[in-house]
Amino acid sequence: MRGATQAKWAACAVAVALAATACGGGDDSGGGGSGADGIVSSSWGDPQNPLEPANTNEVQGGKVLDMIFRGLKKYDPKTGEARNMLAEKIETTDSQNFTVTLKDGWTFSNGEKVTAASFVDAWNYGAALKNNQKNAFFFAQIDGYDKAHPESGSASTDKLSGLKVVDDRTFTVRLSQKFSLWPDTLGYPAFAPLPKAFFTDHDAWLAKPVGNGPYAIDNYAKGSAMNLRRWDEYPGTDKARNGGIDLKVYTDNNTAYTDLTAGNLDLVDDVPASQLKNVSSDLGDRYINTPAGIIQTLAFPFYEAAWDTPEAAKVRQGLSMAINREQITSQIFQKTRTPASDWTSPVLGAEGGFKKGLCGSSCVYDKAAAKKLIDDNGGIPGGQLKIAYNADTGSHKEWVDAVCNSVNNVMGDNEACVSSPVGTFADFRSQVSQQKLSSAWRAGWQMDYPLIQNFLQPLYYTNASSNDGKWSDKKFDGLIDQANAETDKAKAVSTFQEAEKVMVEQMPVIPLWYQNGSAGYSDRIGNVALNPFSVPVYDQITVG
Amino acid sequence: MGRYVIRRLLQMIPVFFGTTLLIFLMVNVMGDPIAGLCGDRRCDPATAAQLRAEFGLDKPVWQQYLTYMGNVFTGDFGTAFNGQKVTELMATAFPITIRLTLIAIVFEIVIGISLGVVTGLRRGRPVDTTVLVLTLVVISVPTFVTGLLLQLVLGVEWGIIKPSVSPQAPVNELLVPGLVLASVSLAYVTRLTRTSIAENARADYVRTATAKGLPRRRVVVRHLLRNSLIPVVTFIGTDVGALMGGAIVTERIFNIHGVGFQLYQGILRQNSQTVVGFVTILVLVFLAANLIVDLLYAVLDPRIRYA
Repeated sequence: MRGATQAKWAACAVAVALAATACGGGDDSGGGGSGADGIVSSSWGDPQNPLEPANTNEVQGGKVLDMIFRGLKKYDPKTGEARNMLAEKIETTDSQNFTVTLKDGWTFSNGEKVTAASFVDAWNYGAALKNNQKNAFFFAQIDGYDKAHPESGSASTDKLSGLKVVDDRTFTVRLSQKFSLWPDTLGYPAFAPLPKAFFTDHDAWLAKPVGNGPYAIDNYAKGSAMNLRRWDEYPGTDKARNGGIDLKVYTDNNTAYTDLTAGNLDLVDDVPASQLKNVSSDLGDRYINTPAGIIQTLAFPFYEAAWDTPEAAKVRQGLSMAINREQITSQIFQKTRTPASDWTSPVLGAEGGFKKGLCGSSCVYDKAAAKKLIDDNGGIPGGQLKIAYNADTGSHKEWVDAVCNSVNNVMGDNEACVSSPVGTFADFRSQVSQQKLSSAWRAGWQMDYPLIQNFLQPLYYTNASSNDGKWSDKKFDGLIDQANAETDKAKAVSTFQEAEKVMVEQMPVIPLWYQNGSAGYSDRIGNVALNPFSVPVYDQITVG
Repeated sequence: MGRYVIRRLLQMIPVFFGTTLLIFLMVNVMGDPIAGLCGDRRCDPATAAQLRAEFGLDKPVWQQYLTYMGNVFTGDFGTAFNGQKVTELMATAFPITIRLTLIAIVFEIVIGISLGVVTGLRRGRPVDTTVLVLTLVVISVPTFVTGLLLQLVLGVEWGIIKPSVSPQAPVNELLVPGLVLASVSLAYVTRLTRTSIAENARADYVRTATAKGLPRRRVVVRHLLRNSLIPVVTFIGTDVGALMGGAIVTERIFNIHGVGFQLYQGILRQNSQTVVGFVTILVLVFLAANLIVDLLYAVLDPRIRYA
């Protein structure tokens, strides 16, 4: 009988355990409240870098900056158009010297006035080599960048000579060369103004950043959560329509999604690929899937002689035609990707330079033509196409395998294309940037600002910062230079498109698909949208 | 006893250096971590060089290891790429994981040993068969399946727990994750105890104790159980280290920001400072747990003496 008593004890322990958890699980999604003061809880990831504007280059840190900072311009969440925010006007006569005038009445949430110096000091800080800011290249167009941030050796100064404060509300910018669309780049968070506290007590500022946006940080527990609350004295027109945002770090987006379906979380802005099949039954119309400024491509090594020939260009065209984009985007990505037919992104809009079908027949699946093009031009260089990708994040394996299958089907050879996984993203990137790969690799590009220039120049201009394949074409370079010097926006855009047509013939990278941003939300909140950078437009969310 | 402890502590030194060196080398083999910091674009070379110098990555590996070890002995575990001190990360992560591990161990001891005693004393009865089949099921199902299943059933369908644990990770929220973490070991503890009890139940000293008219409870608890626990204690002791380091899966499923979370993130970002620091501490925990287990033998079985 003793035994039985003990078994009962064990059963009780389990019962108590479950009951206690039940008590713990009782209280509902954090904060609560509804109406204009309701708090929205949202999924988050631990930012990879310290939360400085010029040091944040990924979407998790970007979310926070988007809430606590406002710069000279702000991209319209719907159209991506750059609109004046703190800037009253930005004037130029020669596309090289700009005069910036600030609106009156803007302050940081600690009460300090936003002046011309707030901008100039912030930009100098971002550009100076000694501060290790990963977005320093944003300031590269400003005169004096090569002194403050030399390619090698130490900097001779930590101030950009192209920036001059005129008075409290005015400063001038001199670029090192003409760039007519430059004011449109100023919506990026790297160009945000910074309060004096950032420079005087840097550690305290990092522990609890202070900005001039519609939200102020109430509490920041590094690595796990951040609570942002509406800043009531915010002078801008885009005041927050909710009481605040609670960001909660999730290691696994599957858990975040489970929390959303359990009513424990309001907003998930990264629906895991494995759940895409269930979203319509789980969330109904509370799922959004909108284009983001991201394009995925297959890149090639032009530092390898075999890939840098006129025949190889034809082979790349053939490979592009051998990929069944429609099938892969609908079956693997459940339509969260759109087959690409140019090298930009739909978020630019037709006026901004997106042109559907610019690539023409070279980006349309055509089995017979593809095989003929590849065979007639000496086959795949090296006899086999190896597609390198990082296996740790982003679930790339599925689509790389599918692309290879598609190519193998066309070639009637199971060995024509193989995937070649690399363990971690860091290792993958280091192999790419050190030119260690001898065949193709997956490449992705998330725009910095919604301009066609950003999709072309940094990636394909000779020796450009992200031209990893080292492609080089004189005609393309010439057209880019010409477009940048163009003062008329429409003309500049059409010249960029001329440059893109060079890429149709040369196929330096194969465009695969445009990536969408996806998000799911609870029935507690409404008016949820993603901006072109696939960041939720938090200030517009309504509760209740 | 004292000399034995000192000898064991001295033995730990080469083990400690060996494991940390291995981990250090393994993290370094993965390649250049700086390249991953800039997303899909190339880091600008000047900033990358500057960052490499700051994290000491421009020096040869042996020199990095020596500097690192030197710093560790002064209590400086370095800085993670996001600018946080590794000691700061440890201060938030370890209390949570220790809490989770303790809960798991309590489950193992309370449920595992109780079930083991019950089944061991009633071999061949329905209770025994049922528990044996159940443990077999638990052992054969991987932790992530039990974890996800419990999360879905208890958290989403029935709504009696939160599917994820809040950042503060209070004890009541950790009960289900603790049970999941303990599940496989719990089954092993049950089986170990059962075999051990069944074996010793027929031993001479038990018959003697019964013959001299001791109450059954006293025979079972003081004589039978105490002698049968030696293999179980060994198992639970080594399990402490395994649970702390092996909580990665459970911590991911329930979004617990403990050691597993930091290790996983450190590996993905190739942050050698975080990974080596956390593993070093885990190695120490493992060594200490082993020593304590060995010392516990002497307490349980007076015949074992350490000189």
